[in-house]
Amino acid sequence: MITRSLIRKALPFLSLAIVLLATFIVQPRTMSYFGLNLMMQYAVPIALATIAQMFVITVNDLDLSIGPFVGLVGCISATLLLDNPALGILALLALMACYGAVGALIHLRNLPSIVVTLGLSFVWLGIAVLILPSPGGKAPEWLKAMMAFKMPIVPLPIIAALVIGIVVHLALMQSSYGVVARGAGGNAKAMARAGWSMLNIKVIMYALAGFFGVLSGLSLLGLTTSADAHVADRYTLFSIAGVILGGGEFIGGRVSPLGAVVGALTLALAGSFLIFLKISPDWQIGAQGAILIIVLALRAAVSFGEARS
Amino acid sequence: MSETTIRLDGVGKSFGAVRALNSVTLDIAPGECLGLVGHNGAGKSTLMHILAGTLTPSSGTLDVGDRQGIRCVFQELSLCSNLTVAENTRIAHRNLKGWGWRKRASDMIRAKLDEIFPGHGIDSDAEVASLPIGQRQMAEIARAFTVTDQPLRLVILDEPTSSLDAVTARQLLDYVKAETARGTSIILISHLLGEILAASNRVVVMKDGQIVANRPVAQFSRDSLVAAMGSEVHKHASAARTTATSGDVVLQAKPFGGAQEMLAHRGEILGLAGLAGHGQTRMLLQIFSGTDADVKGKLAFIAGDRQSDGVFNLWSIGENITVRSLAALRKSGLIDLAAEQRLAADWKGRMAIRTPDVNNNILTLSGGNQQKALFARALASDASIILMDDPMRGVDFGTKQEVYAMIRAEAEKGRTFIWYTTEFDELTHCDRAIVFRNRAISAVLGRDELSEENVLRASFAENAA
Repeated sequence: MITRSLIRKALPFLSLAIVLLATFIVQPRTMSYFGLNLMMQYAVPIALATIAQMFVITVNDLDLSIGPFVGLVGCISATLLLDNPALGILALLALMACYGAVGALIHLRNLPSIVVTLGLSFVWLGIAVLILPSPGGKAPEWLKAMMAFKMPIVPLPIIAALVIGIVVHLALMQSSYGVVARGAGGNAKAMARAGWSMLNIKVIMYALAGFFGVLSGLSLLGLTTSADAHVADRYTLFSIAGVILGGGEFIGGRVSPLGAVVGALTLALAGSFLIFLKISPDWQIGAQGAILIIVLALRAAVSFGEARS
Repeated sequence: MSETTIRLDGVGKSFGAVRALNSVTLDIAPGECLGLVGHNGAGKSTLMHILAGTLTPSSGTLDVGDRQGIRCVFQELSLCSNLTVAENTRIAHRNLKGWGWRKRASDMIRAKLDEIFPGHGIDSDAEVASLPIGQRQMAEIARAFTVTDQPLRLVILDEPTSSLDAVTARQLLDYVKAETARGTSIILISHLLGEILAASNRVVVMKDGQIVANRPVAQFSRDSLVAAMGSEVHKHASAARTTATSGDVVLQAKPFGGAQEMLAHRGEILGLAGLAGHGQTRMLLQIFSGTDADVKGKLAFIAGDRQSDGVFNLWSIGENITVRSLAALRKSGLIDLAAEQRLAADWKGRMAIRTPDVNNNILTLSGGNQQKALFARALASDASIILMDDPMRGVDFGTKQEVYAMIRAEAEKGRTFIWYTTEFDELTHCDRAIVFRNRAISAVLGRDELSEENVLRASFAENAA
């Protein structure tokens, strides 16, 4: 039935609208340029990390290291990139190459991605702590300026999130190469039979995850202006939740870049909403979890009805 | 037809100690339709994979020329279910890229579907997962015949009609004739000997990794083909079993789309017939879930789609057999492992499942033997009514005969079988057949009325009138 599949596709957007509306009702002053800008500012790094996670989920894997990775990128950028830009850029490129190599390792040795990336998360965290034992460092000026840029009419985070979503949507959902990447998640055997290299696909998808992880770390540093190895630890779960909230599925190559970005925005906004409700920070993670469960339950209900009809 | 498209000379393939293919020499001429028959395990799949380039031969020489012009439609469907039909077409064609690739892919696959299966009703922008299995198979076949820059030289069809109904299967065989007339070679692998005899120019019979016969089709008949494959033609006893329909009524159910109820009796083999997708599978699922159905007795279900509904991939053969009976194998709350082993070994013997050890993984079995394990699962259970959802899809001839005999024997003991089948031959093993059309019962045929003509008439009545 068309209406049901339409509801399922619209669910991420509806969830965002509902959380946004609820926020406006609880705190009408947020309904302004300044209010939105403030509430949404962390949406950009979360959206980028979510996109990174989505590339890995597209090929049926899961990345449990993206949070510490984003933290490590911040630490490198607040020290090395600041003092020696050439070396800093080289270090960031090397990190992306590492991601690609991990993809190759996981594919060639047929290892479970969860185990490999869980181990890697401690490696990233360890390196970050070595570089920056206590919070500190300084964001490069250009990065701060970029993140603080004031767009006319619509706040930057919203524009940036939209642009990220649309660019990735065109690349992954519309381009002929995006089809190949999603096909790898749908039926790897069929792809191999059609002559595509699963190794290449996995390396490219992991490297793209690394690329977006680096972008996420940079944008986060631009906002926080100083680095901390632990600053993005929660991004791992945020990014997974964002992808799933946005209509993606853990296996089968079913993902939606626009949905993932919207999912990330919803999670970022839900945090602000809970603060306005004066819910103590101790309960916030639980409350965010509750929002997640409600949305997923709705989706399951819609999909179930779809399968029956 | 002097130029040879493809030439195999003494090609062999071993997997460890197992010799899957033993010195095969074969020429395939342009514009030829080659029928390839043999038991599961005769080496057909290996030969096909070697031609497709997914396996390299361990010995012999292979001259296939340019691989780009060789396409395969594998027995287990190989479309990406998360992609649309058009996107799957892109997967098969490396040069479908750049601006407007989506429209080109969509136009190409639609034109080919229209050409092969007129009136197919498939939307090229529909996600494959949303299509019924028959339409998926049609899309995959059509995809294999699409051409971009490389000319098509050879298409290998492995059991292409296993999920197609009679009409679409006919359309495909007609298309095979048209395509070979254009100079494309086709290898047709099928267990439906009628298809092989109708569509091929030449028939190759394989057995134990070797070609045992290679002759023009005119020199073969159904019986001689079966004889060459090495199994005997079992003329099943169609002895009158009038008692079957006079037993107690154990099942009463009303199909979704009609008012007429279906009845099944104790010890009866009841066939569900009609065109594929006309509510037979739905009927079985409805009986299984007990909606609008009055069932007296325990149920077991034998799935037709082994990969998605049948086997537990990570489990052993034994575990796959006993899973339906675990409740009965309980001893003080835990599973009695010794009894489980006994049950598995017992059914391995009774179904003649070809494995040295039931503790091997289920995937070590060939498709036919996996299906036997699924039959064993249902028959080993305490179920008195067995629901079968076209379970013989792609199963070899010999295995089928063994399973038919087993079904008959179990029916004699009082079990009831509700058997949905897309093959007419299988209906002759039934005591009665119910023909479905548009999710409703269009005819109930008793044993004496059970003919191909009557089934077709009931399946098509609306169109013919």
